[in-house]
Amino acid sequence: MKKQAVRFDDTGLTCLIELLRGEGYEVIGPRKSGPAVRLARIESAADLTPGIDSETSPGRYRMAGAPDARIFGAGPAAESPKRYLHAPEARLAVAERENGAFRIIRDTPAAPKTALFGIRPCDVAGIARLDRVLLRDRYKDPDYEARREQTFIVAANCVRSSETCFCASMETGPRAASGFDIALTESVNGRREYLAEAGSTKGAAMLAQIKAEPAAADFVKASHAQCEAASAQQTRSVDYRRARKVILRNFEHRRWDAVGKRCLACGNCTMSCPTCFCVNTKDSSSPDLSHAERRRLWDSCFTQAFSYIHGGSVRTSTKSRYRQWLSHKLAHWQDQFGETGCVGCGRCITWCPAGIDITEEFAALDSSSQS
Amino acid sequence: MSSNGYKPKVAVFKFASCDGCQLSLLDCEDELLAVAAAIEICYFPEATRKVVKGPYDIALVEGSVTTHHDAQRIQQVRRSAKTLITIGACATAGGVQALRNWQDSAEMVRTVYAKPDFISTLKMSTPIAEHVPVDFELRGCPVQKYHLIELITATLIGRKPNIPAYSVCMECKRNGNLCIAVAQGEPCLGPVTQAGCGALCPAFNRGCYGCFGPMESANAEALTGVMLRNGSTKDEIQRNFRTYNAWAWQFRQASEEVEKR
Ligand code: SF4
Ligand code: SF4
Ligand code: SF4
Ligand code: SF4
Repeated sequence: MKKQAVRFDDTGLTCLIELLRGEGYEVIGPRKSGPAVRLARIESAADLTPGIDSETSPGRYRMAGAPDARIFGAGPAAESPKRYLHAPEARLAVAERENGAFRIIRDTPAAPKTALFGIRPCDVAGIARLDRVLLRDRYKDPDYEARREQTFIVAANCVRSSETCFCASMETGPRAASGFDIALTESVNGRREYLAEAGSTKGAAMLAQIKAEPAAADFVKASHAQCEAASAQQTRSVDYRRARKVILRNFEHRRWDAVGKRCLACGNCTMSCPTCFCVNTKDSSSPDLSHAERRRLWDSCFTQAFSYIHGGSVRTSTKSRYRQWLSHKLAHWQDQFGETGCVGCGRCITWCPAGIDITEEFAALDSSSQS
Repeated sequence: MSSNGYKPKVAVFKFASCDGCQLSLLDCEDELLAVAAAIEICYFPEATRKVVKGPYDIALVEGSVTTHHDAQRIQQVRRSAKTLITIGACATAGGVQALRNWQDSAEMVRTVYAKPDFISTLKMSTPIAEHVPVDFELRGCPVQKYHLIELITATLIGRKPNIPAYSVCMECKRNGNLCIAVAQGEPCLGPVTQAGCGALCPAFNRGCYGCFGPMESANAEALTGVMLRNGSTKDEIQRNFRTYNAWAWQFRQASEEVEKR
């Protein structure tokens, strides 16, 4: 693959969206929807979010005016792109009774062609984590695989960090290193301009169709420097290399009791997380027993049924569920998949109604293991 | 329906309630015929005048116990039924009429009725499970019709009904709603309420009212703290917890504790 970096303005951006649509992609990008920036269908560049920022803090999200007219300045969208690849609910199979026997019909609906446009480096990393779990483990998830093959990823590198972001410490951002087809870095010098870098053959082929000048070395450097500035803005961090040791050493720490009292066990953190992949299956049958269905739904380790084995749930207390969650994200995921289950997007902090902060909880364990 | 053609006998009983849950059963339309074909409806005044004597395989009980007569009748119902299932917030938690449990009901009767002597009522509205053992409690105000079908179908073939006890937030997020608690600071009971409605209110930009009662591990105390921080007053929070499931202990406790904060 020829490494390709070009420079274009809003005309080039418009052209990129048109090209994607022309190739049959449904373009999903950051869009103002009610009181938040959300991932939604984009018809043209006009649907994106110029001049919008988001203020985030534990348990709080507010859309706000931005200091400049950037299109990609609003931080991570309210939800991660997970739902477009790993559907929140899917029918896996149907069984029909027929002449005393039954027939199983597997229905795998055709995967839609989706372009994830302007998603953040943390989200790109989140998709890579899902790939590791759902495509490159002992079992492949066919639904995920089909959707993944039909996905085109246009990352938007971050030039500002939100308050709850900590991707720098997780080494997943603010600039995406891999996992995208095209990565954009936006600059504003009187007008909006973009450094567009190809990350795949598909991406390079797409860029080749846009009228744009090659990006000169100084433009590349200046664009990337903005991401370094965004990195320096981050106040939260997790030392993921030490995480496993710290957590395993502190399994009986008092901090778990304290967070167990605050936690609602509502599951919002796992639902919002770009990497949480857990599902449950739900069977149902029609009253006359002629028809049965198996569906798959996003599940969460915060539910009691999640740890149900013969005789009851293993994790009955909220404390034990929170501990499972944080331990899986930062420690056990490393044992299972050789990387963390957290990419530092900060959504579990922002979208936790109780404002529980994974970085703060980890820091509390960490400080006591140091002393 | 068993292979020998035996149809389980089902009866539907009403106590203090609005009939909404029974209507949910009638509202099952397409599925109702299939359900009706699989069972023998023995007693269901809302739907048919037919009365077949017990014992019954399944008794569906709607409504709470509010009179001496109710308290006696529920004992008879329990004796007549192999499986007793309560349907709805009244039968399961005492209903909105349990608001009287914090008031002087005798005084209310005197205020409301011209001839209070004809009114015979208990001081409290209480759920069925406070009077007799209950085999399954189906939540909701009103119950969800697909839950009813699932519950009846599962009971008929002897499997566990697939009715989750986790929070409304799980449905809210799966459905792709924006969290109005986090994005707007709205009071929302979703985190402490059992799923079942499909997160209907948050989808329409309203906080969850708690129709399905406390979820499996409802942390109403922590949610009270959240709502106070988001600017709700103690009064508002008390009213939030005191609706259809006011007498469910987790909501009851939260509504009493908030005064002391
Ligand atoms: S940490 Fe927050 S979002 Fe997660 S279950 Fe607990 S209260 Fe809900
Ligand atoms: S654990 Fe939290 S910060 Fe980490 S990836 Fe998941 S939602 Fe983002
Ligand atoms: S943190 Fe919980 S929900 Fe998320 S992947 Fe791990 S076990 Fe599953
Ligand atoms: S709007 Fe309510 S139900 Fe939905 S996620 Fe937020 S707190 Fe939960």
